Amino acid sequence: MSIRTENIKYIYSEGTPFRTLALDNVSVTINQGEFVGIIGHTGSGKSTLIQLFNGLELPTEGKVEVDGTIVGKDKKELKLIRQTVGLVFQYPEYQLFEETVAKDVAFGPMNLNISQQEIDFRVKEALELVGFNYNKIKDVSPFELSGGQKRRVAIAGVLAMKPQYLILDEPTAGLDPAGRNEIFNQIKKLHEESKFTVVLVSHSMEDIAKLVDRVIVLSKGKIHMEGSPKEIYSQAEELEKIGLGIPQTASIVRELKNRGFNIKQDILTIEEAKEEILKEVRRRNV
Amino acid sequence: MFKNLTIGQHYPVDSPIHNLDPRLKIIMTFIFIISLFLIESFTGFIFVIIFLTVIITISKVPVKFVIKGLRPILFIILITFIINLLMTPGRVIYTIGVIKITEEGLRQAGFMAVRLTLLIMGTSMLTLTTSPIILTDGIESLLKPFKRFGLPAHELAMMMTIALRFIPTLMEETEKIMKAQKSRGADFESGNIMSRAKNLVPLLVPLFISAFRRADELAMAMEARCYRGGENRTRMRQMKISKGDYAAAFVFTVYFAAVLIIKIW
Repeated sequence: MSIRTENIKYIYSEGTPFRTLALDNVSVTINQGEFVGIIGHTGSGKSTLIQLFNGLELPTEGKVEVDGTIVGKDKKELKLIRQTVGLVFQYPEYQLFEETVAKDVAFGPMNLNISQQEIDFRVKEALELVGFNYNKIKDVSPFELSGGQKRRVAIAGVLAMKPQYLILDEPTAGLDPAGRNEIFNQIKKLHEESKFTVVLVSHSMEDIAKLVDRVIVLSKGKIHMEGSPKEIYSQAEELEKIGLGIPQTASIVRELKNRGFNIKQDILTIEEAKEEILKEVRRRNV
Repeated sequence: MFKNLTIGQHYPVDSPIHNLDPRLKIIMTFIFIISLFLIESFTGFIFVIIFLTVIITISKVPVKFVIKGLRPILFIILITFIINLLMTPGRVIYTIGVIKITEEGLRQAGFMAVRLTLLIMGTSMLTLTTSPIILTDGIESLLKPFKRFGLPAHELAMMMTIALRFIPTLMEETEKIMKAQKSRGADFESGNIMSRAKNLVPLLVPLFISAFRRADELAMAMEARCYRGGENRTRMRQMKISKGDYAAAFVFTVYFAAVLIIKIW
């Protein structure tokens, strides 16, 4: 079970002066159970790529396969694919439209032709998955909530479809640090406890390094690098070259190394960095 | 869905037509429309078609692109054709049941269809070769004389600039919300008219909310920069009539004279 793309090309506005090659020969596989990060600069093609995953866009060349089904134009298949691959867009709170939170979350499952009882159950489950108290939140208007809360409601709206894969496009864009932590913690829990396969799209390595198992780096529509966060981290120069910022811990560790400190390079968290630096300091004091 | 929309879309290349003064282009477009309604003969239309072809060639806009703009109004052209065909009295040349087709009707219908086609293609040359901002600058300048009769020329132009500026933004937004709702299983493409209209609610509510939010933000941003309407406002782009404009005006005068001659002939 996986999402696979094979040598896909995607061209916008073919035949006009606005023609752009958004994706060029991209082959990726997202296996079930994984936590994958896709990072890239604005315009690197990352948003296009995830829209191909659930058939919102079809590739100009190449094919996309979801659990063995090739994504095409068949309406029934598309519906199933969109249910299997849950896509949370950037600023998902802009998709809210119903009078109450519960009604809005129910919009997805209502489109799936399932019983009212099942819908109610899923709405409750989804809202609790993103950390809400169902009874308190269900009758509130979504427009009265804070930014982070709105976003969690929107994510619940996708979760209520019971997808196998959960794809999130910059889920923390425009949130304050508290809101960001709130969202990241929920996503982490969804992966670890509810066993969702998660794909996290971001332009910042800092945000996703601690969470994901594997990172795919896109640049100008092509796969630039792929590997574990530690592997990608140790190539900080490469990341900077394509305009991606490197995490502060990585740049401090690198700078120390350049100045003659004997420190490991593949460090992810502040904790690890602290340990390493302390070790080196002790060694020097001896 | 919006990929085929060309009416009102700017085609950004560098050509002599693109560089003409917007005021001149607007006036020429009006005269072009008038000329279309003066002509009532085959020779006349062939002359206009040749003239328009030359203009399109000089403008470097692909003919395919101009023709694509006709698609949304194809239906209107067809209806006009049929109505003219069936409703014009004259010498009957063909009868099917109660429907009578007259020679005059056929002629009238053909002319009307050609006229509308040329009208759309001609006016789309204006919008294709002029960026919306420059175009509204031109309109504002042309409306200035009416200010003394109480016409708020600057405000109208500003409203138009803003409206035009937000068309692509709102279209992008529509597409984005549409995709988000589609990801939640929404279906915008099937069902009868009633259910289709109902299916639009999840699209329209967020769209209106975001439009109001944007309007609010824009108003605040403008006020923060002390915007207060047309009084004593200077502009970044000063419009000047150049040699090319004189040449274009001359060519166009010749064109219009030729149309008049064909008409009187």
